[in-house]
Amino acid sequence: MSAWLLRDVRPYGEDAVDVRLVDGRIAELGRDLPTGDSRVLDGASGVLLPGLVDLHTHLREPGREDAETVETGTRAAALGGFTAVHAMANTDPVADTAGVVEQVWRLGRDAGHCDVAPVGAVTIGLAGETMAELGTMADSAARVRVFSDDGRCVSDAGLMRRALEYVKAFDGVVAQHAQEPRLTVGAQMNEGVVSSMLGLTGWPAVAEEAVIARDCLLAAHVGSRLHVCHVSTAGSVELVRWAKSKGWDVTVEVTPHHLLLTDDLATTYDPVFKVNPPLRTAADVEALRAGLADGTIDCVATDHAPHALEDKEAEWGAALPGMTGLETALGVVVETMVAPGRLTWRQVAQRLSAAPARIGRLDEGPSPQGRPLAVGEPANVVLVDPAASWTVDPRQSASRSRNTPFAGRTLPSRVVATFLRGRPTVLDSAIVETAHAGPGRA
Amino acid sequence: MRTATRGPATPPAATRSPSGGDPAAAGTATPGTAAPDTPAQDTATRDTASAGAGNADGTDPRPMGRHLLSAADLSLDEATLVLDTAEELARVSQAATVKKLPTLRGRTVVNLFFEDSTRTRTSFELAAKRLSADVINFSAKGSSVSKGETLKDTALTLEAMGSDAVVCRHSWSGAPANLARWVRGSVVNAGDGTHEHPTQALLDAYTMRQRLGRVEGLKVTIVGDVLHSRVARSNVLLLHTLGADVTLVAPPTLLPVGVGAWPAAVSYDLDAVLPTSDVVMMLRVQRERMGPAGERGTAYFPSAREYARRYGLDVRRAQALPDRAVVMHPGPMVRGMEISPEVADGVRSTIQEQVANGVSVRMAVLYLLLGGAQPAIGSVPSEPGRRGLS
Amino acid sequence: MTATPSTPSPVLPATPPPATPPPGRPPTPAAPGSRAVLQGSDVLRVVDRIAHELLEKTGGGQDVVLMGIPTRGTTLARRLAARMAAFEGATVPTGSLDVTLYRDDLRLKRPRALEPTAVPSGGVDGRLVVLVDDVLFSGRTVRAALDALADLGRPRAVQLAVLVDRGHRELPIRADYVGKNIPTSLGESVHVLLQEVDGRDAVLLGAAGEQR
Repeated sequence: MSAWLLRDVRPYGEDAVDVRLVDGRIAELGRDLPTGDSRVLDGASGVLLPGLVDLHTHLREPGREDAETVETGTRAAALGGFTAVHAMANTDPVADTAGVVEQVWRLGRDAGHCDVAPVGAVTIGLAGETMAELGTMADSAARVRVFSDDGRCVSDAGLMRRALEYVKAFDGVVAQHAQEPRLTVGAQMNEGVVSSMLGLTGWPAVAEEAVIARDCLLAAHVGSRLHVCHVSTAGSVELVRWAKSKGWDVTVEVTPHHLLLTDDLATTYDPVFKVNPPLRTAADVEALRAGLADGTIDCVATDHAPHALEDKEAEWGAALPGMTGLETALGVVVETMVAPGRLTWRQVAQRLSAAPARIGRLDEGPSPQGRPLAVGEPANVVLVDPAASWTVDPRQSASRSRNTPFAGRTLPSRVVATFLRGRPTVLDSAIVETAHAGPGRA
Repeated sequence: MRTATRGPATPPAATRSPSGGDPAAAGTATPGTAAPDTPAQDTATRDTASAGAGNADGTDPRPMGRHLLSAADLSLDEATLVLDTAEELARVSQAATVKKLPTLRGRTVVNLFFEDSTRTRTSFELAAKRLSADVINFSAKGSSVSKGETLKDTALTLEAMGSDAVVCRHSWSGAPANLARWVRGSVVNAGDGTHEHPTQALLDAYTMRQRLGRVEGLKVTIVGDVLHSRVARSNVLLLHTLGADVTLVAPPTLLPVGVGAWPAAVSYDLDAVLPTSDVVMMLRVQRERMGPAGERGTAYFPSAREYARRYGLDVRRAQALPDRAVVMHPGPMVRGMEISPEVADGVRSTIQEQVANGVSVRMAVLYLLLGGAQPAIGSVPSEPGRRGLS
Repeated sequence: MTATPSTPSPVLPATPPPATPPPGRPPTPAAPGSRAVLQGSDVLRVVDRIAHELLEKTGGGQDVVLMGIPTRGTTLARRLAARMAAFEGATVPTGSLDVTLYRDDLRLKRPRALEPTAVPSGGVDGRLVVLVDDVLFSGRTVRAALDALADLGRPRAVQLAVLVDRGHRELPIRADYVGKNIPTSLGESVHVLLQEVDGRDAVLLGAAGEQR
């Protein structure tokens, strides 16, 4: 493997140095390194971050290859600066067996754009009734550590308790999609002033918060760790803050769209703004930003949810919920958190790389993710031009789907290059078209 | 004739939607429709010109109005224009031996009904035909449950037919707004899900004006299933625009969360409100809203009997109304539960009136949307918003 | 015609028009560059003459219904009826006929607000209906009025009375009673002002771009 010398880059946005990547690892960090036989990338004082890790990606394969495939989804991920994504389990067939998770994992390895860590379903068929063979998935080649029925809530308290307990045996975590189903029958958008005017059935904040409160108490009771997907309300942030103050092992994620968009976008009835959990109010957005800033919210996860055109070009009520987000995630975080001075670049690295890798236990094993920028660590890095800006054009997306809510919006900062174990997956903000080179997460 | 006045300057689009869109986005929404203002030599322009001063260069800052999707699409001047026009049309229709006017000859109006409603469809059909428009009835049964591709495909078909207006009834809230993005003609919302039914509100206001001589200052009480009522939403918005005081009366379970932000008062006590009501509008309550919990969620109230006792309009309650008060019902009525048979029969005359008024009001809407080079009323749907918190 | 103000000196007591225009209608100022072709008493005299002609040609106003085309045609119809009553005690019913919905130029402008249509209680069937308008120009308004009238009933005959005929007909239509012929160029505009509507009586000839 050839060596790369990244000249004039600023790790974590701090002092400029040169960084040499050799044999998949960071070999040298220092000023004025000799070129030697390395290929050189001029960093132009861009920000160097550890490769981003997404805890929450829908790659749709198997089952809805018309909306996304592992290949197209991981291309979008690499362009967004990600070197690892967790592929959610709500595929068809559902990723509730070792066979399916290994298939997804292999597809990711073969595509080679970033690592794909499959998420296993908590219950068979996401039906919320019978626990899937979590241990077998954990022991498979895919080394599953995150289990989730995402898209549906594990609403049965008894079942949730058992799942939380059971995954302790292999250091797994249940990632809960917190949505009390009886409070969200037919729900279409955040319940509030806007839903009342639009005549769309409300999805009340309490339906999320009640489940989070219950699950925090359950996790504490059985001494398990709990991860909560896509928190969206101010009340959820408060509950998590309380749970953490008790010392309970609870982690949470927030999506980029919940950090930026509000429910009044639904007044257009354009289903591109339909998502689950729904866009909330400006007060919720502010609470989420504050929670992410003070660490109550551990990480940003995209909930990248591609949908085929016919599932989005529909009446609001008939359209499927979800938004794409891999390529826009960093830009939204910079706009909402970095530009206003609420997060440093070092904290961005924590919230988008180290924390999600830790939650998914990707920071362990032979080729770990989410590690710091230090000599000897795996060369998973992303180079960002913080001064650039770009306008989101759905037609330019590497995703097979076009359902980005940020279309037409200009976002700050741009991913220039992404390296996966020392190999560039993105250069000059474009995919590097090579056959996969790395061994994946062996 | 007076010398030309400037064209209608209109409040920013954002103030016209229920909860406000992004003014900047809305302002740039449809470059194609920002037609230059024609010299305002006609009275329609004069009538709509009072909302504000025009631009110095004489261009209308607002994209031309095109659709009637929400009662909020109508400014006070526009709503008044619709009612005045309906009144004249009713007078002409009454006086004429021939019930057909040549006004919309050559225009095509499509009735696109994804949900059965013989009354509303017939009313629109009659209105269009009285103005000599060609009418195509396009009923798309069962499409409410299928994927939206159907709606878009249908829209493109209508587009190919060259329809000038699409009158759309749909079981999903917002479907007419979606349609408006896909067709070039005007879209009239004939009832969408639990969202709005603006022409129903117009005919209700028309009936009030006819019965009581005015709408401004009237105390209007709307009783019943506000949560699921598109009639209630449109009426609240339109009556507010026209200067009436609206009070909503319902069990708390049948009022939406967020109703506090509506331009209406809220009460749970019908008896307290009736003595000061000029108009009582009884909304239909669907029986599936009560009873045991099921697939569709939990019940909103325990029984028809209890509902009738607390919110039904019976003879005793009707006697508490002031002498001139009018009882209205968008129909069809659930006798015995929301309205007692005796009161219902008293109401019937209003219902007959409302049927005739419905045709006049819909004629007015079609005339004002299609009768000229540019629509005189309505709004363009705002573009997908471009804002977050920052 | 001179543009000097003149005081009304009617032969007979003129129908007293309202001293002030209705609220919301400020006295219409002369458009810049326009000049008065008729004003004040000229207009009154012309109206009187048409009233006399009407009485003469209709046998004292027998069976006549005056249908004015809003806005000023309606006002003129009322004036004519009042003068016919003053001259010979004829009781001539008046009404108004809005032709907006029958116009052939609807699609050239925004939809117009409708003006009132009012048919006298006796109706128009079997009557001699005299359409009354302020200015006869292309003839299209009168054509629309004929269509509108046909929907209201079947008059025995229809005639046309106008205060001003400015020429440039686009249809085979002529007036039976003309107050004044005013030769104009196409680019000019003719405005009739009436006391009841505009605060004064006048016929103004103006520059281009102001015609109705």
